[in-house]
Amino acid sequence: MSILQYGFMQRAFIVGILLALITPCIGITIVLKRMSMIGDALSHSSLAGVALGLILGINPVAGAVVTCIIAALGIEAIRKNIPRYSEVAISVVMSAGIGLAGILSGFVENGAGFNSFLFGSIVSISWGELALVVVISVLVLGAILFFYRELFYIGFDENAARISGVKVRNINFLFTILTALTVSVASRTVGTLIVSSMLVVPVACGMQMAKSYRGTLICGIIVAVSTTIAGLFLSYYAGLKPGGTIVLLEVVWFVVVMIVKNVNK
Amino acid sequence: MVIEIKNLAFCYTGVPVLENVNLGLEEGDFAILTGENGSGKSTFLRLLLGELRAQTGSIEVYGEDISKCFGREKMGYVPQNSISKNQNFPATVEEIMMTGIYKPSFRARFHAKKEKERLKEALREMEMDGFWKSRIGELSGGQQQRVMLARALVGNPRLLILDEPTTGMDTESVKKLAAVLEKRNREDRLTVLMVTHGNSGLFKGANRFFRAEEGRITEE
Repeated sequence: MSILQYGFMQRAFIVGILLALITPCIGITIVLKRMSMIGDALSHSSLAGVALGLILGINPVAGAVVTCIIAALGIEAIRKNIPRYSEVAISVVMSAGIGLAGILSGFVENGAGFNSFLFGSIVSISWGELALVVVISVLVLGAILFFYRELFYIGFDENAARISGVKVRNINFLFTILTALTVSVASRTVGTLIVSSMLVVPVACGMQMAKSYRGTLICGIIVAVSTTIAGLFLSYYAGLKPGGTIVLLEVVWFVVVMIVKNVNK
Repeated sequence: MVIEIKNLAFCYTGVPVLENVNLGLEEGDFAILTGENGSGKSTFLRLLLGELRAQTGSIEVYGEDISKCFGREKMGYVPQNSISKNQNFPATVEEIMMTGIYKPSFRARFHAKKEKERLKEALREMEMDGFWKSRIGELSGGQQQRVMLARALVGNPRLLILDEPTTGMDTESVKKLAAVLEKRNREDRLTVLMVTHGNSGLFKGANRFFRAEEGRITEE
């Protein structure tokens, strides 16, 4: 298989598969808490960090991580102040992220480098970026597995979880940080405009395919990993953008599952 | 005293929703709180569940501030029946029941599977043991609520709080729910606080009745 002879493709497969493992783990809680827009808000904020990184001459992914975490903390802070209209927090932070990214992009000398973050460039991942993705993936997977029961409980019934002794506020805070980390590294590979879909679509497929929470998560991971591998192959041989190809394959999977489910009803 | 509430008050953006609420429940009390929409009973419940913090006054459970009791004192909670919320939630009855024996400790993470027989027994009491592997959204409203009650009771709570548990349930299901609650209340001295706006007449075992009206809660 000549495709895997190239170092850049090996890195693309490793990063792609790692992200396909962690995005459904984050996505399932996002979907069940009906916060699908948070991926968009954070990814657009990460774009501001990318621009800042390019202007200051530091690693743009590191810039994205910092602005994503600040944006996530901003969402939490606004939510605390207006708990009855918490979805407003996501809109405010997304607007701030887009505005800041728009202004900062005017100061970026390498416009092509900045634009590559819009739709991602998984095949141009450096060894340093690969290491960052590995570290963040291990961190996210470890935390999600450790707090599996708490995340499920909060997703199903936050009040009952609080009464049972789940530290709801702490877990929500931790989850927001994990989401910020995931979105910032995924933005580099699949692009800021697509990362939200990667969080949501595999989980949406899993919800159609499985009865249980565990099954939904496993099916979501299977969908994400398989479409990532297929998408990388397809984009390499057909000369397509990998990020867009992966997400479109996920959407195709979702539509097929929905049709099959309706036919079998 | 199981619950002792003193001079409780709460305002939303300056508008008083609850004023000077005083209420006490002894062990073995079966209390029903009724009230129309906007009477303040939902806010009262959200304060009890720690979702909101009171601006003045105190809520004590077994002599301690309620926020310190979560996870320690044996409190159970049955949420409002919400079929639409659960319709597409991807979880089986088994997974929902597992939350009933949640303990925050590190070691508890590895022992939960050993408790399955106890969970099935709790479902059997509610005649729901045949639905162990069913998706929660596939059950009717009454069945879902029986699962929620089984989940709340499996941890052997000393205090059970129910939020409009009879919404969307047929009379037979309400009678079944009432029978289980009355049995636990009578035999195990379980203290019950149920918030509802209807069907309270079917709960014959209740001995305390409260009414929420225009931000005040009075005993009838």
